[in-house]
Amino acid sequence: MTELPSPDLTLDCRSMRCPLPVIELAKRIADVAPSGLVAVMADDPAAATDIPAWCRLRGHLYLGTGEPVDGAPTYLVRRSR
Amino acid sequence: MRGVANSLRGYLDAASTEPLHPAAREILREAYDTGWADPARLYGSARRARLLLDNAREIVAAAIGARPDEVSFTASGTQAVHLAVLGTIAARTRTGRHVVVSAVEHSSVLHAAASVPSAEVDRVPVDRTGLVDPVVFAASLRPDTALACLQAANHEVGSVQPVAEVAMLCAERDVPLIVDAAQTVGRLAVPDGWSVLAASAHKWGGPPGVGVLAVRRRTRWRPPWPEDERGAGRVPGFENVPGAIAAAAALRARLAEAQELNGVHTPLVDWIRARIPELVSDVEVVGHPTRRLPHIVTFSCLYVDGEALLTELDREGFAVSSGSSCTASTLTPSHVLEAMGVLTHGNIRVSLSRTTTEEDVARFLHVLPDVVRRLRASAGVDGL
Repeated sequence: MTELPSPDLTLDCRSMRCPLPVIELAKRIADVAPSGLVAVMADDPAAATDIPAWCRLRGHLYLGTGEPVDGAPTYLVRRSR
Repeated sequence: MRGVANSLRGYLDAASTEPLHPAAREILREAYDTGWADPARLYGSARRARLLLDNAREIVAAAIGARPDEVSFTASGTQAVHLAVLGTIAARTRTGRHVVVSAVEHSSVLHAAASVPSAEVDRVPVDRTGLVDPVVFAASLRPDTALACLQAANHEVGSVQPVAEVAMLCAERDVPLIVDAAQTVGRLAVPDGWSVLAASAHKWGGPPGVGVLAVRRRTRWRPPWPEDERGAGRVPGFENVPGAIAAAAALRARLAEAQELNGVHTPLVDWIRARIPELVSDVEVVGHPTRRLPHIVTFSCLYVDGEALLTELDREGFAVSSGSSCTASTLTPSHVLEAMGVLTHGNIRVSLSRTTTEEDVARFLHVLPDVVRRLRASAGVDGL
């Protein structure tokens, strides 16, 4: 990843089983302003599919994965609307 | 279709297995009396067993567009897939160890390919409806490609793959195509162009313990296991003659009613596909809307735990399956849903059995919205 600004909000969803990381993201996305950046740390393998799919269904922009934290992938989401 | 046991009323998991077809029940019982002898021997009872087995093989061969001598019965669909993959690779070691599979093949295909020492397996991606693009598939083929695998139709979402197109492109490059037709045989015509085909009798209402392996005569194939004279040299062990006889009887009965059943299932699935997004908020119906098997429909409910959904539907009397993680023996979600890029949680596959009625579907559509609402309310995700 190149030159992504630091996230406005980081959610630690490690050790949460699906669909909890997506629920957490849905609950907290409104905490950032439109165009704000949310990073979701999640080690449940379903998050890799479900976070991009949720973004598609909700109209947010999925930016891909960022730096892993202690081996857990981080998913980057830009709030639309 | 009336008069079936009550336990079948909410059975919406035909893609996992069909109950034994009534046309096969009596024949299976009789076959233990008439087809018990060793079909490889030469005395009267053995010749009768051989005759019955050959007859079963002819029925199955005709159903899949094969010659009888191309068909062997295996112990399961999974064993047929394993033999298909491993036997084709074994005959083509000089070509190479490159294997091309669609990303949404049944796990038996993926596991068989992965088990080959030093094999290099390329997974061809699918679009959001679960279909491969024949051009993309063909672009993955190389001079050292030992074999390619493409299912006739997907077992989780029902999308029907462009097998004939892919087969043509494989043939142009001299690459054998293995077709897993487990969900298709008995329901839709088997697509042309396969080199090796695998199927499973209990999916069409035959007994469990019977699979089908068909190898085209022009396709090079070698037993990957110790040689055995049984099963035309392709499948080791004493044949399950009664099982094969009953499987063939079930297939014949199923084919005779396939058009009528498809005429019932197709509009019922269309109805489910149309109604679910109207009845349940935040739900994604997946799989191709028209290029699909008649009896399978799959959808995912946002924010709902798949296991809880299965449990609640079971309590309401419905047997369905799910590709969500934590619902099977694995903690990883369905590789099919992953490859399609659709929600993996809150997933339900409904597959209609030959005894499913409009009333069953109506009751399912009546029950489902409330089940989802309850689960969302208890998880505190309403209005998210």
